[in-house]
Amino acid sequence: MAATTIYVPRETAAISVGADDVAIAIARHAKEAGDQIRLVRNGSWGASWLEPLIEVKVDNKRIAYGNVEAADIRDLFAAGLTSGGMHAKRLGPIDDIPYLIDQDRWTFWRCGLIEPLSLDDFRAHQGFNALETAFESGPQAVIDAVTTSGLRGRGGAGFPTGIKWKTVADTPGGQKYITVNADEGDSGTFSDRILIEGDPLGLIESMLIAGFAVGASRGYIYLRSEYPLARSILSRAIEIAHDAGWLGDDIQGSGFDFDIELHVGAGSYVCGEETAMLESLEGRPGIVRYKPPLPAFEGLFGKPTVVNNVVTLASVPNIINLGGERYASYGVDRSKGTLAFQLAGNIRRGGLVEKAFGITVRQLIEDWGGGTASGRPVKAVQVGGPLGAYLTAEQLDTPLDYEAFTNMGAMIGHGGIVVFDDTVNMAHQARFAMEFCAIESCGKCTPCRIGSTRGVEVIDRIIADDNREENYDLLVELCDTMEDASLCAMGGMTPYPVRSILKYFAEDFASAQGADQ
Amino acid sequence: MTTQAYDSEIASRIIAGFDARPEMLVQVLVAFVERFGWISEDAVRQVAAELNLSRAEVHGVVSYYHDFRTSPPGRHIVKICQAESCQAMGSRQLSAHMVKTLGLAMHSSTEAFTLEPVYCLGNCACSPAIMVDGRSYGRVTAERFDGIVAALQESG
Repeated sequence: MAATTIYVPRETAAISVGADDVAIAIARHAKEAGDQIRLVRNGSWGASWLEPLIEVKVDNKRIAYGNVEAADIRDLFAAGLTSGGMHAKRLGPIDDIPYLIDQDRWTFWRCGLIEPLSLDDFRAHQGFNALETAFESGPQAVIDAVTTSGLRGRGGAGFPTGIKWKTVADTPGGQKYITVNADEGDSGTFSDRILIEGDPLGLIESMLIAGFAVGASRGYIYLRSEYPLARSILSRAIEIAHDAGWLGDDIQGSGFDFDIELHVGAGSYVCGEETAMLESLEGRPGIVRYKPPLPAFEGLFGKPTVVNNVVTLASVPNIINLGGERYASYGVDRSKGTLAFQLAGNIRRGGLVEKAFGITVRQLIEDWGGGTASGRPVKAVQVGGPLGAYLTAEQLDTPLDYEAFTNMGAMIGHGGIVVFDDTVNMAHQARFAMEFCAIESCGKCTPCRIGSTRGVEVIDRIIADDNREENYDLLVELCDTMEDASLCAMGGMTPYPVRSILKYFAEDFASAQGADQ
Repeated sequence: MTTQAYDSEIASRIIAGFDARPEMLVQVLVAFVERFGWISEDAVRQVAAELNLSRAEVHGVVSYYHDFRTSPPGRHIVKICQAESCQAMGSRQLSAHMVKTLGLAMHSSTEAFTLEPVYCLGNCACSPAIMVDGRSYGRVTAERFDGIVAALQESG
């Protein structure tokens, strides 16, 4: 009898709630029971709330079991796990789970599906097809497809990717670079990590396509140190690609040379800002640079450089495979395509949901997220990381669209959605926004370096009812200064969450004193 | 954590592994922290000499990044996320519990433990999240944390 394939994710969230122990228990019980199994450590489908989510392949269907613990394994085997037997934790075929099937999986479609470090599995799922197409059609066709797709930077800034690539391609200057920003520091975001852990070869293919399109022969990945598993998987994937001739000189006989170097961050949030990241890649403190010049003209080591977020790049292979028009058919207005939204914080069903732009925050929180984990009412939702505004429960019907968010003083950023229930005191969140800026500021510009510390002090005075009215006005003025005069988004956007709290949750300042932090 | 005392020969090998390229300074220091747990004055001197940088340049980088500790950590490094997603799931209360259980303040160490705040571990759908010796734990309760600490104390 052929061995039964059982999938147990090797992904940070799954492991953090016991997936490794589950894998060990499965191997042990299968051995005891004399069952022939093949244990595959896949990536995560992104339904983190169901982790550890294991699957058993039965008649070419993958039957899922959710929230499996090592202690369940004996029971599961007794219930006929290897033939997809009934059990309280059985969810049915993975393809029938509403959380997953109701998504628009353009960029993350291989995550969960494949064995991340199997080149054969990657190739069997269209891996490197887009690169081969690019080699045939030439660099200009790649840039045209990306431009047509309307793809914008998914790191948060939303700059059109096609224009960025064209700029680098058109800039004279010998050596050019592709740099990947995997310094995913926003709280509430984990899509870069899920992609790297679940489809690392897909990221490598994306970098190769970008390098080929703009004429760059070297790529750098800047990965945050808080992601040790992603680092180990990505390092191995780079070796695998190298050994198989998908990295190095004359890749697959195309005449195109490309190499990748993986750099690890050292715990600085601001290194997610593109110029700070370049400084760090050059071995210096992650202090932001003045712009201009833009990195597309003078980036890494002063050479023309593409700086793209992981998700931005990973959206490209399917744009080549399926066409830019197809990607542009998703989404609304100038927000084309899909975004991997990440449901986090106080949410019943947290995880990654890749959907076309235009869906509302409420749909994501209610239809996918199932409301708060605590069962209490939603009070505030922070979208776009620590520099994003807090939305009120009434604002949740706003469609997720870059411009719609900008118009209300908010931002989509990297797609993180952090839910708070009604036990939160928003004055504490305003204080934290300033405090975080003070901790993470690179110190180059005064509004950010000093303003954030003064911000914490002023908020403390407002909370303590020390000249509340005057200090309130002072805080607004401080926000103006930081927003107008900071060098980068760190100081420039820290006022976003603060202002949203001043505007919509001002009553919390009066009740913050002595409130449970 | 299996860090070891500073050893200039091992340090030299690490630096050589990066071809002694000065632009690899951050990467060299990352490797030092992984190997030795912290960046000592000896380390700063040696890195500066072997990468052909000034000690001031190396010091500037060491002092900039949160990961580059300048005092030796405990045998086990406990990091707790303090960012918004975890706050929404009670990380402030969990932090207070951890401070009390371990008997040490944030950013401080005993021989056994180092406790450090971290701003996002990227495990936000399973908040609150902590990391112990490089391993992630999600949906952490006070009880689960006590269990993790008890297991560490048993293993030394």
